[in-house]
Amino acid sequence: MPESVLIIACGALASEIDELKRSNGWDHLQLACLDAKLHNRPERIPGRLRDKIRQFKGAYDHIYVAYADCGTRGEIDRVIAAEGGGIERLPGVHCYQFFAGKERFAELADAEPGTFYLTDFLARHFDKFVIEPLMLDTRPELRDAYFGNYRKLVFLSQSEDNEVLQAAQDAARRLALEFEHVHCGYGELESSLRGVAVRTAIG
Amino acid sequence: MNDDAQNGQGADDDDIILADLPDDELVEQMHDDLYDGLKEEIEEGTRILLERGWSAEKVLNEALVEGMGIVGIDFRDGILFVPEVLLAANAMKGGMAILKPLLAETGVKPVGKMVIGTVKGDIHDIGKNLVGMMMEGAGFEVVDLGINTDVEEYLAAIEQHKPDILGMSALLTTTMPYMKVVIDELIARGLRDDYIVLVGGAPLNEEFGAAIGADAYCRDAAQAAELAPRLIEERRRTAACA
Repeated sequence: MPESVLIIACGALASEIDELKRSNGWDHLQLACLDAKLHNRPERIPGRLRDKIRQFKGAYDHIYVAYADCGTRGEIDRVIAAEGGGIERLPGVHCYQFFAGKERFAELADAEPGTFYLTDFLARHFDKFVIEPLMLDTRPELRDAYFGNYRKLVFLSQSEDNEVLQAAQDAARRLALEFEHVHCGYGELESSLRGVAVRTAIG
Repeated sequence: MNDDAQNGQGADDDDIILADLPDDELVEQMHDDLYDGLKEEIEEGTRILLERGWSAEKVLNEALVEGMGIVGIDFRDGILFVPEVLLAANAMKGGMAILKPLLAETGVKPVGKMVIGTVKGDIHDIGKNLVGMMMEGAGFEVVDLGINTDVEEYLAAIEQHKPDILGMSALLTTTMPYMKVVIDELIARGLRDDYIVLVGGAPLNEEFGAAIGADAYCRDAAQAAELAPRLIEERRRTAACA
């Protein structure tokens, strides 16, 4: 009998984690997501995460946090440490890094510091998660304040979906940035979840 | 047909004619317009107050700085976010562009001088620009070194401009350690105590600021503008007692 595992994830990773669960048969991993909009309000993530952990602690053998640091300045790690129970999280500082891998992401960042990154999720929901929160839909004059020093948009894709690729290309055009596509797959999201799934597969 | 349309004015009932407002209501309206990031209205309000005989300093302090103070508080409290603050700062910039030459003519002495830049390897400047704007609003002369600033550029600028404050900004965990490189170089050259060093940026915190030897970490632009005059005052008081 496998141990029960709850993955508390950023909503922006929901479809990727669902796909990994389905394709790998990780049926003992359950998924609970926090609102993906927290991507733009990282200061609110630790509190919501703490609530979620407390809501489900005791109901599962293990909890795994599918967040990187995500702009919380170490607060996610502090929440995890305070809640005890050996909770782990995804490696790195943000999803761009764990999808691309630490070294590859560092290479990309070094090659062009003025790079704006998109994942599949952000390409699919570019208006809702980039344009509207930055008020670029109503105040396009803000474009230079945000992106004046950027030169390139790098699309770190998870799937090989041409519609998403097209959406990422459109996003680059709208922001007047050069476009580059780097296919990453699920990167360290997959290897990390695989580690959890394998460790807990036999109780 | 309403009266306005009959009169051929075509104005909505809600339209406010800034020039018709008495001084106190105009200033209040400018605070609202700053909050809403309405640059043209701020420029118009600034001109009207100057035409009414207000000094540039009084317009700056009562209309613009006070208005940005409200923006700063609501930003700190999570009511306003970066886009709204950028729009407000842009509106203030419009008013400042009108006031700056007048302030220079009147010879109003700045509260202090700040050299500020985003550190080497980092191209993010939204926070740094907001700090510059808020500091100017608080009466500081600001020398902005831009982005990707290396230690030699910082040192050349402080040598040239003799500021009270050196400000460094970084958005990336990979670039924030460069702040220590700059501070260590100041120490190595025996210059560290000549300047107040303020640091800020999304991945930083107070512990980091203290660990690298900065005088203070500033959570946001409003805090920087509030803290800077106090630190300068303390420093001057200490120097006077020495």
